Formats: sequence, structure tokens, C-alpha cells
Amino acid sequence: MEILALNPPGSEKDIEAINARLETLDPDAAKSVETCYQCGKCTAGCPAADQMEFPPNQIIRLVQIGQVNVALKSVGIWRCVSCETCSTRCPQKVNIAGVMNTLRLMARERGIQPADREADMFHQAFLQNVRMFGRLFEPMLVGIYNMRSMHLFHDADKGPLLLSKGKLPLFPTSSDSARVRRLFKKALESK
Amino acid sequence: MARIGVFVCHCGENIARTVNCAKVAEEAAKMPGVVYALDYKYMCSDPGQEIILKAIKEHRLTSVVVAACSPHMHEKTFRGTASRGGLNPYMCEQANIREHCSWVHESIPEGTDKAIDIVRTLVAKVMRDQPLDVIKVPVTKRCMVIGGGIAGIQAALDVAAAGYEVVLVERQASIGGHMSQLSETFPTLDCSQCILTPRMVEVAQHPKIKLYTFSEVEAVSGYVGNFKVKIRRKARYVKEEVCIRCGLCTQKCPAKKIPNEFNCGLDNRTAIHVPFPQAVPNIPRIDRENCTWFQKGKCGVCKKICPVNAVDYEMEDKIVEEDIGAIVVATGYELYDIAGNDPNGLYSGYGEYGKGKYADVIDGLQFERLASASGPTGGEIRRPSDGKEPKTIAFLACIGSRDNQKGISFCSNICCMYLAKHAMLYEHKVHGGKGYIFYMDIRSGGKSYDEFVRRAVEEDHVCYVRGRVSKVYKRGDKIVLRGTDTLLGRPIELEADMVVLATAVTPSPGVEKLAQMLGIPYDKYKFLSEAHPKLRPVETVTAGIYLAGCCQGPKDIPLTVAQASGAASKVLALLSRSELEREPTVAKVDETTCVACWCCYEVCPYNAIEKKEIRDRKGNLIKMVANVNRGLCQGCGLCAATCRSGSIDLAGFNDEQLMAEIEALAQVR
Repeated sequence: MEILALNPPGSEKDIEAINARLETLDPDAAKSVETCYQCGKCTAGCPAADQMEFPPNQIIRLVQIGQVNVALKSVGIWRCVSCETCSTRCPQKVNIAGVMNTLRLMARERGIQPADREADMFHQAFLQNVRMFGRLFEPMLVGIYNMRSMHLFHDADKGPLLLSKGKLPLFPTSSDSARVRRLFKKALESK
Repeated sequence: MARIGVFVCHCGENIARTVNCAKVAEEAAKMPGVVYALDYKYMCSDPGQEIILKAIKEHRLTSVVVAACSPHMHEKTFRGTASRGGLNPYMCEQANIREHCSWVHESIPEGTDKAIDIVRTLVAKVMRDQPLDVIKVPVTKRCMVIGGGIAGIQAALDVAAAGYEVVLVERQASIGGHMSQLSETFPTLDCSQCILTPRMVEVAQHPKIKLYTFSEVEAVSGYVGNFKVKIRRKARYVKEEVCIRCGLCTQKCPAKKIPNEFNCGLDNRTAIHVPFPQAVPNIPRIDRENCTWFQKGKCGVCKKICPVNAVDYEMEDKIVEEDIGAIVVATGYELYDIAGNDPNGLYSGYGEYGKGKYADVIDGLQFERLASASGPTGGEIRRPSDGKEPKTIAFLACIGSRDNQKGISFCSNICCMYLAKHAMLYEHKVHGGKGYIFYMDIRSGGKSYDEFVRRAVEEDHVCYVRGRVSKVYKRGDKIVLRGTDTLLGRPIELEADMVVLATAVTPSPGVEKLAQMLGIPYDKYKFLSEAHPKLRPVETVTAGIYLAGCCQGPKDIPLTVAQASGAASKVLALLSRSELEREPTVAKVDETTCVACWCCYEVCPYNAIEKKEIRDRKGNLIKMVANVNRGLCQGCGLCAATCRSGSIDLAGFNDEQLMAEIEALAQVR
């Protein structure tokens, strides 16, 4: 097992960057990841924790000791489903989901290959879908994800039931897709 | 002829559920000597006691047996009732038919039979009871406090404030204890010396406090209210009453390379020295072992330079005697020596943390001196090896504490808080510095304590790492720590400039000798034992001796001060009485048959057996006999059981009474 150094050189900047973004995401949340006292409640409530080699509390711990690089290479940040159960329940008001989100962004900016490629494909397909229709059009999301990930008939057996319950629309419902596109544009410009 | 009354209590349902109380009273009435027997729902209630009073009068009772709960609960109550009825209180006995009977049996016939048996034994005993009078002992209205740290200072001031004389004995040359070495105090970060020194001065100037510094208790005899204490006043070689505290001697002394104990060896002092600038009393003393005059017979600079001729090389230890009524033990603590080994083999040292090997591995008290404005660096954090400002410091908790391998299982109580304080002070003093605390648990249970720890983390950015460090080694001029982050489950490594070890709190060396002198017990770590961990926390099992501070167990300043005031209140309760009443159920020696084998002397846990000489009219020694000091005897009965010639009896529990009880029990129903 790799021996980790505590706060290796340059790590302070990483921590500062994460703290700064937390502040913009939610000014009411804790100002810094140091606020976390490692009670583990985030991991206890995380629906995807069993799929992560570093569950949410350990991702936060990695950031606390300046080992952001290890966090960026972990599959955990990609398997986070952004349900925000962790942030909602945190006794110290740490925005854990916000940290996960920030780490994904940092990984992308630094050109670090996502540790879970399929999770990344899903993210990409999801965003593409929303950008195109202004809201989610499930059949197309499933189609594109299954094609890209080469799991062509993955979960196909669930289709009929979903269709019969009206959960799988045949056509995209209209939405103000132009406005959503503007939002995407603005967000990308601000980067 | 005895006229005995038996009163059987139902204790609501407590007894009546498994004992047929009416039947017990009926059977009791038939027992020899019993003239009256009755059962009632609550014997301890006012109407219940009235029944007893009335019966004593109407039936001219000479003794009373109350069959009820444990004597622990209500013996005092019923003896009081008997006393109000005009009987000697010791002519009243209580038969325990609750704890010993109804609570441990399930069926009524069984419970009733046993209750009758118990009542029969007590009837047999009460028939042989003798009237006893309480023992009265006088009280010397003076208190001795052993130890002049914050615990001793607080206790002394509290007792003196009530107008009683206090003798304060301190082993070191100045009072103040470890608190005078601390920089700031948690959780408020107020300066330790600033809050302590006014108290030290108050002690020195208080008209009711007699201060013996550089002195040790040599012998203690006597008992509660009447102790005789011998105190050894060690020679300072400077006359206290002559010295004008000009400080010339300490400046001119040529022996300047002696490690300064007050600064934990971080700088040097002279042979003639004042422990620290704010010392009370501020009088120098000569350290004989390091003085050129005492070791080589040459020098004598201090004597020559002293303008008032206060230096006296011929001075000798003096023994003074004091009469004392109550004693407060406040001998404090010492930090566990990580490099060395405990002389008694209780604890063993660590090889893995480099203390004693690397100059930059220091303990908590040394860091206090570094951070203190009056310390060797004037309050700047500089590492001992090269005086550089450390950019990274690792603080290690639980060094010795909670380490069964090293022989200590207890938690030292103060380290979590003082490490948070150290790291916080360090972050305040060194900009850009980073403090790491390696811990197992953070124990911050006091008022505003957890907030303090969170402040260290969230505002001062102290990095806490959960896990013990396994080893410490050098890499260049850095110290490398190998540890683990148990929250991540990964091994970790840190390069630090300095390491501070929070070593365990252990009792002051030699405290066991004092405890044996005083006749008070201590635990396996030599912390002195309180009489009851919850309900009698400042008392010892020996009457008139009380505890304050770390001698009883590791404590921080607020707890120590609270305990010292608690001990003082116990002392005041004792000293405010003109005489003490003691239970008369004590041992008595028959001098005609005693053969002076001293078995009783050996077994007595309270040092109550004295060796007494019996002389004829011309003063020739006829024989030696054992004699019981009625002030010290607690009536445990060990001597009576041990005595080979059957010469010792315990009043209220003599052989005749106990044999009668056994015979009553052995009767065939």
C-alpha cells in the first residue's frame, strides 16, 4: 500500500481552491473541509458507498491531509450520484456532494482520466441529452449510454414495464430548450 | 432481667411480600426475655417510632430489637428513637430481614422461618448488650497542606480564609508547582503565571498561613483532630530572615552550567539560584551537588559578595514539630519519563520515539517552557537543537497513557486539551507553521473544551491525524514520523522539524512513602485512593486526611481547584467542631492476659495499636502490653479475631454476644 505524505508541497493551493468553490456553491455550508470531524455519517447514508474504494468520508479525509491527487484518481468521485444525502445529513454542515463535484471538475481540468470510464460516459451522455432537449429524454440517454459503453442490451428487459407505466416517453416532451442551451453556454464561458 | 421489645417492620410490601410479619412478631413474643412484640407497616415513619417510644414507656423495656432493613439504612434512626425513649442507644439492635431475607427469598414460609431465626439471634445478642458511651476527642484547630502547587495553594487559602491556621509544606524551594511552568491555560488561553502568582503572594503574606518551603514531612503520628507532624526543613545555606533578595549572589556565581529544572533542562542556571523570577519565597538556595564550595572547598563568591551576610555554609537541616487537626495531601504529579525506566519497574520507556536521542523530540512541559514568555526563548518557538523556528511540529498524544505494553492503562486526562492548546499557540506564534496532532480519541469533556478543540482545527488549521505513530527517525535535519491515518486506513509519513510528546501523568515520586506514613491507601500506579469514587471524592479512608489535585488522579486546573476547595470545606467542617464524637464500638485489651505477641499490632490497618509499658512504683518495667488508641480505632475487629490469648474484645461485638448469636441460630426449630 502506498505510503501517503501529509500535506505534500503545493497541496495547500488545492485545499484553498476546493474551499473557495464550496463557498460559491453554498454560502451557508461549512467554509472549509477542515470542519469535517470524520464522524462517517456521509458514508453511512451514501447509496453508492459500497461501489467506492474511498467512500465519501475518506474522500474528504484525503482532501484534509492534502492528498487531493489521490482523490482525483479515485473511482469514488465518479460513482457519486449527487443525491446530496451526505450534505443534507452532515452534522458539521460540510457540503460533501459539492466537494465530489469540485473534484470531478478538477480531474477534468487537469486531464486526469476518470477512474470509472463508464460512469463518465453516463455523465457525458446525460449532459448531452439535457443540452439537446432542455430536459431529460430517457430512451435516448439509455440508447447512447448503452452504445458507448458497449452494453447494448443492458437493462433492456426493464423497457416494457417502464413503457406500460408511462415512465418511458416515446417522444421528447417540449421544453424551453433554447434557454437551457444558453445556460450551458454561459456556464462554459465562465470557466 | 432484660425486658426486650421486638418491632417487626413490613417496609410496605418490601418485607411483607415474602415474610409473614404478624407470625414473626407472634414467635418473637415467645422468645426468652421478650416482653412485647408487634408488627407495623413502616417502623421508620413518625407513627412507627411513636409506637416504639410508647412501648418503651408502657412495658418498661430495657432493650429493643427492630426487625427491618439493613442497619446501614436505619440503625441511626432507631438508636435515636431508643435514646429519646430514655435507653442507651447501643441497647437497640436492628435485625435485617429485608436485604438478608425478604429480598432474597421467594416463598412466604421460607422467608418467615428465616426472619424468625434472624430475630432470635438479635434477641440473644441484645440481651447481652452493655450501655456504651460515645468517645469524645478534642480537635486541634490547625490544618496542614502537603504540596504547594495550585491544589495546595487553593486549599490553604480557603482554610485560612475561614480563620484557621494553615501549615503549608512544599518540597521545592518555591511554591507554585507545575502550574507556574505553564504558558497559557485552556480553554481560555489566559496566562498561567498571571492568574497564579497573585495567589502565591497571597499565601506568603497571609497571617494565618505558615509557609515551609524546601521542606518535607518526616513523620506523622496521632489521629483525626490530633496529629503530630515532624517536618524537615532542608538547609538552603541562605538565611531566609536575613536575605534582602538583591540577587547579587545568583549573578556572580561562577558555576553557571547546571541544567535548569524549572525550564526542563532547556537552559542553564547557577549553583546558588532562585528557581524562577516569580518564586515565592524569592530567596536563593545553594544546590550542594553543583556548588564549587561544597564539592571542592574553594570559591565562596556568594558569601563574599552578599551585602547582608546571609549566606551560611554551616547551615544544617532542622526538624520542626507541629500539632495539626486535619491534613490535605496535594502532592501533585510528574510527567512519565519516556526515555528512562520507572525505578520500581512499574512503567517501561519507549525506544521508538527518539526522546533523549534527538534534541528536537521534547515533552509537553518543555513545550510549555518554550511557549512561555518567561521561558528560555522568551516565548518564541525555537527548536532546541539549532534554535531554528520549526515550520512543522508533530504533537503525539497518549505517550505512555493507555499503553498496556508500557504498564499504564489509564488516560492522563489533560493531554488532549493541552495538545490542542500547544498547536494553537504554535500556529499563533509561527506564521506559515503547520501543527499536526496524532491522536487516538479526542477527550474534551469539560465546559467549553470541545469548542476549543474545534477552534484549533477550524480556525487555526491544526491537522488532526487519527492513529499512533509507530516510529520516529532522522532524515537530514528533519524528523520523519511513520504513522497511519486510521480514518483512511492508509500508512502515512510526515517530515517534521520538531516533535512534542504528550507523556503520561504519573504521581510525584516518593508519594507512597508519605501515604504509608499517613496510613492512606493508593492504587497500583501510586495515585492516592479516595474513600468513595463518587460520594466521598476528597476524603481518604483515614479520618481527618483529605486529597486534592493530581495525587488522586490526573486532573486539569479547573478540576484540581474545585477538588481543593472541596477538601478545604471538609477540613473546615472538622475544625469548626470543639470535639469529635466517635463510635464507641472499638477494641479493648485485657492487660492482665495480654502477652505482647504484637499480632494485633501487625494486622491493624489503622495503626491504632500502641505498645504500652506497665511499670511498678519504682519505675521498673513489669511488662509490655498492647493498647488501643480509641481515637484511631475504627472497630474493624481484626485484632480481636487475631489475638492468640483472647485478650481483645470489641465493644458492642464481644465474644459473648457473638457466641450467643451463634447458639440462637443453632437451636433446633
